[in-house]
Amino acid sequence: MSDFFTLTVLVAVVGSGVRLATPYLLAGLGETVGQKSGVLNLGIDGVMQLSAFSAYFVVLKTDNLMLGVLAGLAVGAVMGVFYGVITIVFKATQGISGIGIFIFGLGFSDLLFQRLVGTPKPIRQLPTIEIPFLSELPVVGEALFQHNPLTYVAFILVPVTILFLGKTTFGLNIRAVGENPHAADSLGVSVERTRYVAILIGNTMAGLAGVALVLELGIFQPNLTQGLGFIAVALVYFGSWRPSHVMAGALLYGLVNATVLQLKARNIIPLSFSELAAMAPAVLTIVALVILAQRVKGPAALTKPFIRH
Amino acid sequence: MKKNRLFRLLIAVFALALVAAACGGSSAEDEPATTTVPTTEAAGATGSETTEPVAAPLRVAIVAPSAKDDLAFTQSMVDAVNALDRDIELSITDGTFVIEDAAAAIRGYAEDGNDVVIAHGTQFGASLIEIAPDFPDVTFLWGTATDTQGLDNVFAYSPAADEGGYVNGIVAAGISESGIIGVVGPLEAGDAVAYIKGFETGALDGGAKSVNITYTGSFGDVALAAEAAQAHLVNGVDVLTGSAQMVVGAVGVASQNDIPWFGNQANQTSLAPALVVASQVYHWEVILEEMLSLRDAGVLGGQAFEINLANGGLVIEFNPGYDLPEGVRAAADAAIQGIIGGTIDTGF
Amino acid sequence: MLSKIVGSAVPVLAALAAFLVGAVMLLVLGASPLDGLKAILDGAFGSGERLAATAVKATPLILVGAGISIAFRARVINIGGEGQIIAGALLATVIALALPDLPSVVLIPLVLMGGAIGGTILGAIPGVLKAYASVNEILSTIMLNLVMVQFMNFLLRGPLIDPLEIAAGTRIPQTQRLSDNAALPTLVEGTRLHLGVVVAVVAAVIAYIVLWRMPLGFRLRAVGHSPEAARAAGINVERNITYALAISGMLGGLAGAILVFGSEGQRMITDGSAAGFTGAAGFNGIVAALFGGLHPLWTIPSAFLFGALLTGATQLQRVLQIPAALAVALNGLVVIFVISSARFRSYIQSIIEKRPSNRASEDLERPYSKIPGVDT
Repeated sequence: MSDFFTLTVLVAVVGSGVRLATPYLLAGLGETVGQKSGVLNLGIDGVMQLSAFSAYFVVLKTDNLMLGVLAGLAVGAVMGVFYGVITIVFKATQGISGIGIFIFGLGFSDLLFQRLVGTPKPIRQLPTIEIPFLSELPVVGEALFQHNPLTYVAFILVPVTILFLGKTTFGLNIRAVGENPHAADSLGVSVERTRYVAILIGNTMAGLAGVALVLELGIFQPNLTQGLGFIAVALVYFGSWRPSHVMAGALLYGLVNATVLQLKARNIIPLSFSELAAMAPAVLTIVALVILAQRVKGPAALTKPFIRH
Repeated sequence: MKKNRLFRLLIAVFALALVAAACGGSSAEDEPATTTVPTTEAAGATGSETTEPVAAPLRVAIVAPSAKDDLAFTQSMVDAVNALDRDIELSITDGTFVIEDAAAAIRGYAEDGNDVVIAHGTQFGASLIEIAPDFPDVTFLWGTATDTQGLDNVFAYSPAADEGGYVNGIVAAGISESGIIGVVGPLEAGDAVAYIKGFETGALDGGAKSVNITYTGSFGDVALAAEAAQAHLVNGVDVLTGSAQMVVGAVGVASQNDIPWFGNQANQTSLAPALVVASQVYHWEVILEEMLSLRDAGVLGGQAFEINLANGGLVIEFNPGYDLPEGVRAAADAAIQGIIGGTIDTGF
Repeated sequence: MLSKIVGSAVPVLAALAAFLVGAVMLLVLGASPLDGLKAILDGAFGSGERLAATAVKATPLILVGAGISIAFRARVINIGGEGQIIAGALLATVIALALPDLPSVVLIPLVLMGGAIGGTILGAIPGVLKAYASVNEILSTIMLNLVMVQFMNFLLRGPLIDPLEIAAGTRIPQTQRLSDNAALPTLVEGTRLHLGVVVAVVAAVIAYIVLWRMPLGFRLRAVGHSPEAARAAGINVERNITYALAISGMLGGLAGAILVFGSEGQRMITDGSAAGFTGAAGFNGIVAALFGGLHPLWTIPSAFLFGALLTGATQLQRVLQIPAALAVALNGLVVIFVISSARFRSYIQSIIEKRPSNRASEDLERPYSKIPGVDT
């Protein structure tokens, strides 16, 4: 136990936590933008799987990482358009239509993988990029500044999202249609278009999360995400719709997982308790939901379709 | 309002265009597969066999928990059936871990008139107790299992996975500089346990300082397997192995960090051509042939078979692309001979 | 009348549209949709045995679907079917392990009750959290799904593992073979049709009676219709929200017990994931409930239809080598299409009845809870 707290191990745990947090963060930030506009998207896990498969497939065929990333983004955007039509044109109940998207993404990516690929073949992974100067810093350099590009993108997107939602006209419109769509409407803001764009952003980022996951692993398999997208949705509530808090939640989740794995690798946790340890994040999330539900108000119009009076 | 409708229309057109593009792309990609897949899977899997049905071919069906081309447990059986020197019509239902579905598939294949139905998963045993007596003319193969549960139309099969594990362990210890070796397993169950136990004994006998074993708790979670491998690396591990289908995640980590890898169940060289040192490969065909010969002779079941190093059912396939030092290779061969000769205890 | 016919036609048409997309998928995959349909129909209804398999497959969908319908009438969405099934299965299994020698007439009702209680507990948790702490039940049920999977893995690998598995060193995470006295009796010899199917149908009918013929059902629906009005009428809104999720969970838990004691294996086993045990019935039940118009009675035929699709899909894989994942993708599409058609349906009905269309959407849209952001 004592040698667990050596510097190397801690640095590795933090590094691993940051790496694990990346897809949660990307998906969670996207979901935040969507929810801020009043749209709950429970389907991001399915979107992630579809995007992950397309990125995997494109890289497998072309060996071009850039094309893979673009393919994943494109599929995320297409799913965004679908979800926009479902929630805005058809005004379907969001809790359930999202589950539909999830089931579809799960099944369809599985189907495509089995038919088009079959044997899991490894693909090129994203390279690690060491940020000049910063990566040479003692301790933090290795933990924070030696990651793949999408990890940096994810963390850069945190301030970007904060600025976008807080300072840009469009971001303010998003928040307006999420809080009081009728008032926004009467002020000349197109509720539907604003929500379309927010959904598009959310799904594209979910797509990017899937891409980050698959290009970090270098391999695809059916149900690659194992419910990651649902945790990301929970993180949005956990983070009270604030990007910085969503980031904190994602990091916490990543660090807990990394710590558990590190303890397992050193045979510190008895095997039989590893499942109990794995329950911890979900239990913690429920506890956080209980505490936060009393104090924090989300977007007032969340999950409510907009119907002009 | 008008503008709004236009926007919707644009979105719809955009969506349709993308869908069309996506479908076009995938259908073009799928064309070759379409031509090779009539009703038999053999054609799809290997592209050979299933031609000219002179006499009625033997109809064999496999029901398996993971994908037929998982580079692991299920693929080992598919490859084995395809390797048989017989006229065989093979059908496969893969990816069915749920017992209920597997039971339905097993029964369905028996009803469809298959001669041999392979229930390729320990967990299907309980279903066989119910199904096998209903089809006395069908031979059921069940593994991994060491007894036939008293059913006379069931053959049981199992691998002595600890044997190859031991050999891999010896080699792993031979090439490790840190003397610390990492293992990534699924649940602590099935042949993974035997392989890992044998590996641990072999590595320690071969002079390794410690063998760190992580069971991720899931057969499916590749990401967790990858991160478990990462965690090993931090602890000074410089050689990795693993068992079950989710190891592909760990192999990815190995290849990113130039860590040698040892495979189990099927030849995993294709996952990391430069780094896979050796794989213990299950060659079920050795015992399959025996079982089918027994069936030809009118014995439909009632016996248990094991593949091991001695009968050639377990083969350590070294990757020619990996430059293994002479001495280590010699130690491996000695270990194989020792196990066959019964002078080595794999600790399982 | 016309409005009612159109009302029920719309979801059917929506599902047909989804199946049409499925046909296109088959074409793209290089199989004739007609052959595909034939394989599915043959696999689902081709023989008495297969018909029975379809009914068995439909059983958990009926129960979960009926549960979701009940919850929905009180305007709570229960996505915790997977966790509730597992909770019920675990408690039922523990009972069978503890009292293996009881005669069937006692043990079978006992394990079914155990299942129902397990599910009730797991359903009541998000119910209480929603009613008294304003926690979004969608999130809490999803989280509880994740918790229960790990709890199942823990139990099946540890305290409940088959001693033979430890002795043999194989350590497959499964219980020992459970007492034959707890096995649900087969109804038709030579098939897998067992008592669980009847139990599920009866439970769905009871759910219907409770919902529409009993005071409890009236209160649940009143809460779903308008919590404010219900409260004004003296109904305890919080308590009824809790009941709705608890009853929903109870039906899921019952499904869990039936899955264990109606299976050919007569034991509980895990592959580390929820779907490995439940066959994703907790999610597929949502599909069945939606297609059944969120009505417990209509959920029964609807569940049979999707049971048929799932059973037929294995035949699809056997005969045409089309991965059974197609059925999963198709299920997702059905959910999307049917839920998307709800608004369309009320729109058409409103035209027929010449009334404003917004009213008709009440069924699905207006959420309970005055706390924004934490309702559905």
